[in-house]
Amino acid sequence: MIEPLVRITELSKSFGALQVLRSVNVAVRPGRVTALVGPNSAGKTTLIKSLLGLTRPDAGRIAIRGADIDGDQQYRSRIGYMPQIARYPQNLTASELICMLKDLRGAGTLLDLELVDAFALDSVLDKPLRLLSGGTRQKVNAVMAFLFAPELLVLDEPTAGLDPVSSGVLKDKILAERGGGRTFLVSSHIMNELEELADDVALLLEGQVVFGGTLDELKRITNQGTLERAIATMMRRGLLPVAA
Amino acid sequence: MNTILKVLKYQAKDALRSRWLVAYALFFMLITDGLLRFSGDPMKAQLSLVSVVLFLVPLVSIVFGTVYLYNAREFIELLLAQPVNRRQMYRGLYLGLTLPLALAFTVGIGLPFLLRGADATLSRSLGALLLSGVVLTCVFTAIASLIAVRCEDRLRGLGAAIGVWMLLTVVYDGFVLFVLAVFSNRPLEHATLGLMMANPIDIARIALLLRFDGAAMMGYTGAVFLRFFGEAQGVLVSASALALWVYAPVALGMRAFQRKDF
Repeated sequence: MIEPLVRITELSKSFGALQVLRSVNVAVRPGRVTALVGPNSAGKTTLIKSLLGLTRPDAGRIAIRGADIDGDQQYRSRIGYMPQIARYPQNLTASELICMLKDLRGAGTLLDLELVDAFALDSVLDKPLRLLSGGTRQKVNAVMAFLFAPELLVLDEPTAGLDPVSSGVLKDKILAERGGGRTFLVSSHIMNELEELADDVALLLEGQVVFGGTLDELKRITNQGTLERAIATMMRRGLLPVAA
Repeated sequence: MNTILKVLKYQAKDALRSRWLVAYALFFMLITDGLLRFSGDPMKAQLSLVSVVLFLVPLVSIVFGTVYLYNAREFIELLLAQPVNRRQMYRGLYLGLTLPLALAFTVGIGLPFLLRGADATLSRSLGALLLSGVVLTCVFTAIASLIAVRCEDRLRGLGAAIGVWMLLTVVYDGFVLFVLAVFSNRPLEHATLGLMMANPIDIARIALLLRFDGAAMMGYTGAVFLRFFGEAQGVLVSASALALWVYAPVALGMRAFQRKDF
């Protein structure tokens, strides 16, 4: 087995009395798309935010290429993040936002602006963000995640709010970049979408990982042909421990 | 260019284009120009402006500040997902909020005076007025940042912001009057001085009124204040009190920001 790019070990997090993550173990293998699946409030976003250092876990470890992430912010230069909701400063333009990220990263590398063309964003780059529709802002969001050609891309509900054409563009981009060796962690609750993308699946239910393994493995142990049905089967089994 | 300046640069760009900020500057311009026109005496105009500044600058700074930071929540998350350090981020956010507000205020009041031409004595008191306004902006955006970081719920946060403003502008005065009335048979000059130091708006008010030679109208207490604020020691104490009013909320907010879960 290949050494995972990200290894999350026994991660726990509570917000007050609410335990959101309970000893979660997830391995994200390099050059693959790992789908983070689960119903609402299963802890997907909290897991992603812990990986990005936005949320401080109560216990457990997160390591990228074997190195723990706490205490150093530099690891984030290897990650591109596409958040779930895109509400950015109203009076800045998309190109200013991109410039800002460039400044912050101090990136001298070549920028990946392929999505700007693919989404035909040229004409809106210089408009204030408040004038852009939700879908367009989501496209800007996607551009920013891919901009610095990061090693790992973390996409939280990436196609929410995108029309079928744009959603197809984004999926093509994900598959192309995976082909180029990049690693993805994608959360979504649109199963059909993940079916196309996912190599590996981590299923979260009430803060616990009830399955972690390849998509084929998941289909095999649940005896189902599609991801959606396989997940439904797993969810019915509930929190019964599963040998994966 | 470090993170503070980078965050500051873009955030200030955003804030300066905000309609509310433009309206704030325009309001001060209109009222300053109006007072200058109708009073005919720039000194009187400045004196009237003192009350407007002491009332409005804290209110706008704290309300605009909290609302702005709550709206920037997702933006802050995006920034924190970049390789940046939280301490520098917080400083950048604070300055990116404070400087545009201070600038709008300074331009709003300064420009009409500049256009009408101010003589030397006038510009001294004008300088004091502008300085107090800027310092009050720094104090109240610091409190706004602290509230926005500490309080998850934006409605409660906004309520807290208005509450703090009410407390320091209206309730506090009532409290001071109450104390003075209850202990009216004792010498209270130093106690009053102490009470004033605990409220940034009061410090600014007294310091300004003394600049405007209003001290004569303030009786015995005025004389105590004049002696206090006139001496180097008094200036030092009041300046330190104001600096503490900026430093404490910024430090507390920074601590909370570093530990915060987004």
